[in-house]
Amino acid sequence: MSDTIASTLAPVPLLDVRGLTKNFHVPGRGNNVLCALDKIDLHVGHGETLGLVGESGCGKSTLARTLLMLEQPDEGSIRFEGTDPFGLKGKQLLAWRRRVQMVFQDPFASLNARMTAGEIISEPWATHTDLYPGKKARAARLAELMELVGLRPSDGGKSPQEFSGGQRQRIGIARALALDPDVIVLDEPVSALDLSVQAQVLNLLNDLQKRLGVAYIFISHDLSVVRHVADRVAVMYLGRIVETGTTEQVFDRPRHPYTAALMSASPHLDVSGLTPRNRIVLEGEMPSPLDPPSGCRFRTRCWKAQDVCATTPPPASSSAAEPLHAAECHFPMTPEDLKTAGAPIKPKNAVNLLAPTS
Amino acid sequence: MTTQTARSSQTALASRDQLTENEVVLTVTGLDVDIRTPKGVLRAVNNVSFEARAGRTLALLGESGCGKSMTAKAVAGLLDPVADVTGGTVVLNGTDLAALTPKQRLKYAGPELGIVFQDALTALNPVYTVGTQLGEAFRIHQGLSKKAARVKAIELMGHVGIPQPETRVDSFPHQFSGGMRQRILIAMAVALNPRLLIADEPTTALDVTVQAQIMKLLRDLRTESHMAVVLITHDLALVAEEADTVAVMYAGNVVETGPVREVFGSPKHPYTRGLLDSVPADVGRGADLNSIAGSPPELHRIPEGCVYQSRCPLVQDVCRAIRPALEPEGDGNRTVACHFALTTDSKELDNV
Repeated sequence: MSDTIASTLAPVPLLDVRGLTKNFHVPGRGNNVLCALDKIDLHVGHGETLGLVGESGCGKSTLARTLLMLEQPDEGSIRFEGTDPFGLKGKQLLAWRRRVQMVFQDPFASLNARMTAGEIISEPWATHTDLYPGKKARAARLAELMELVGLRPSDGGKSPQEFSGGQRQRIGIARALALDPDVIVLDEPVSALDLSVQAQVLNLLNDLQKRLGVAYIFISHDLSVVRHVADRVAVMYLGRIVETGTTEQVFDRPRHPYTAALMSASPHLDVSGLTPRNRIVLEGEMPSPLDPPSGCRFRTRCWKAQDVCATTPPPASSSAAEPLHAAECHFPMTPEDLKTAGAPIKPKNAVNLLAPTS
Repeated sequence: MTTQTARSSQTALASRDQLTENEVVLTVTGLDVDIRTPKGVLRAVNNVSFEARAGRTLALLGESGCGKSMTAKAVAGLLDPVADVTGGTVVLNGTDLAALTPKQRLKYAGPELGIVFQDALTALNPVYTVGTQLGEAFRIHQGLSKKAARVKAIELMGHVGIPQPETRVDSFPHQFSGGMRQRILIAMAVALNPRLLIADEPTTALDVTVQAQIMKLLRDLRTESHMAVVLITHDLALVAEEADTVAVMYAGNVVETGPVREVFGSPKHPYTRGLLDSVPADVGRGADLNSIAGSPPELHRIPEGCVYQSRCPLVQDVCRAIRPALEPEGDGNRTVACHFALTTDSKELDNV
């Protein structure tokens, strides 16, 4: 048994986040404190992928922005290989920024239309001048980067609008790689792309991780994508991480009712009709973060909620069999619950259905 | 024309009761839509045919730019001024909509055809209350007074699951959450008990838990009134769960149709197969997905011959010369447009 979610995560973290809290102050009367992140604990190991799932407004993007020091947290700490980036200044800060990079969601809005692809990818070197010094070295590195992400180096002079959506996302990825980072935060990197192109970009990300050993924090609302890319998963709801564990644990044996509902709500590509589902359809929508429910934040939509859920915030708990799989719930899902509530996402459906029947 | 006048004089409720399960409600045949651009005329929808039946859901499935929304807009008569229907027929319950004047269409198709758009905030008028917007259909088509229309609007809001409709009826669209706005759009679309409901990516902007709620509402409404639903989406899993039949579109053309189970279970067009292989559900973590190389052709670069030739692993000379027609396959309830349609034991694509 463990008392915090943090202690259930990977042993040697590259990034270690504890108790991270971020409040926003909203102009207006009444309660104007919006709690976007509430005591977030996270670890990311070298070369691993942490999937961060949750619905819009749950704080995924604020978390990403805070990890990149684009937001100042109100409480808690971020340790990057033991150092707190918020304590850094000048050259040290610059050196730290190099190591954490980001890829944005919308490849149509996140690239400057007045710059060429080559200029966009090499722009980070204008700030980090000691990296690849000299025109020759930069040109060579640019060509290398473009090839690495599957773009033709000869297209470096084209502007972003001459590329397709998938190619633009490749430009964004090359820009993030230009500083040889250790962690890349990917904020919904494929959700603006069509399915066939999405698969190409996911393959690219996978390939880059194998070759470069870079760690990913992969934010997505698409559970099938997260299942495919992530080693571990953290599920967020209303500013809190409500469940963490390995991908298999969270997807196959969700402990938090919200996770179970999320898995159950996302459609399956299963047309065999062999697995009838009792889908959990949650009522209502996520409450306003300006006025979160007392006790457990999920209780207003939870079918298992009891009086204790309204009075006491549930501690993180895990089962003896899976000590690294924790959920913040007074009444975690049992195997029997999962049976009656319908199976969570099944990874093998499509394979069975497409396999030659002869 | 006689059927048309007869129908429009009936009340909406009566028309609903006449629908019997599986009766053909909409038949689209050889629909062409051209867009006039400074670069010339582009063919956005080419020779598209499909059928929607009462109490059933037909999915138009395809990636962005494949013409699925344009097809829906052409059926609903909501094309932008630069786009024209240049060929084909759209027969809704026995009347060819394409042959009607705008006025006739308003009168006839208004109560018979409802459409739900993706982005509810854009689809609703920000300066009118939702009650006014919901009541509009009753005022125009049933000649109700403002007061009576408001009562109808409240009833309708309750019907689609909006809590406290009596007070929310006077709220403005921005005062509702995304899911509630989508419910309001659905309420507007089904206000007059249409025979046909077109849902154009109705849940794409919503979270999955809310998507599940909205899809349940659409299912319940369909069961209740036996309307035919045309679901336009790019989401394969949504099609697998919600639709009875599917028409797969690529670059303005329908490339494969049939019952969802059969099409997804043993796709016959290499594009359908490629899409199914691209879903990151069927391979282990870290393994590569069988993605389709390249991206769809732009409208002004659609090649002669097969539209899928530039990305197809099975392409031959004949594919570059002759565009395959949509031909019946198997027992006749499936069609495919491919010179080398896949069979269940096709292994050609297994390790591409």
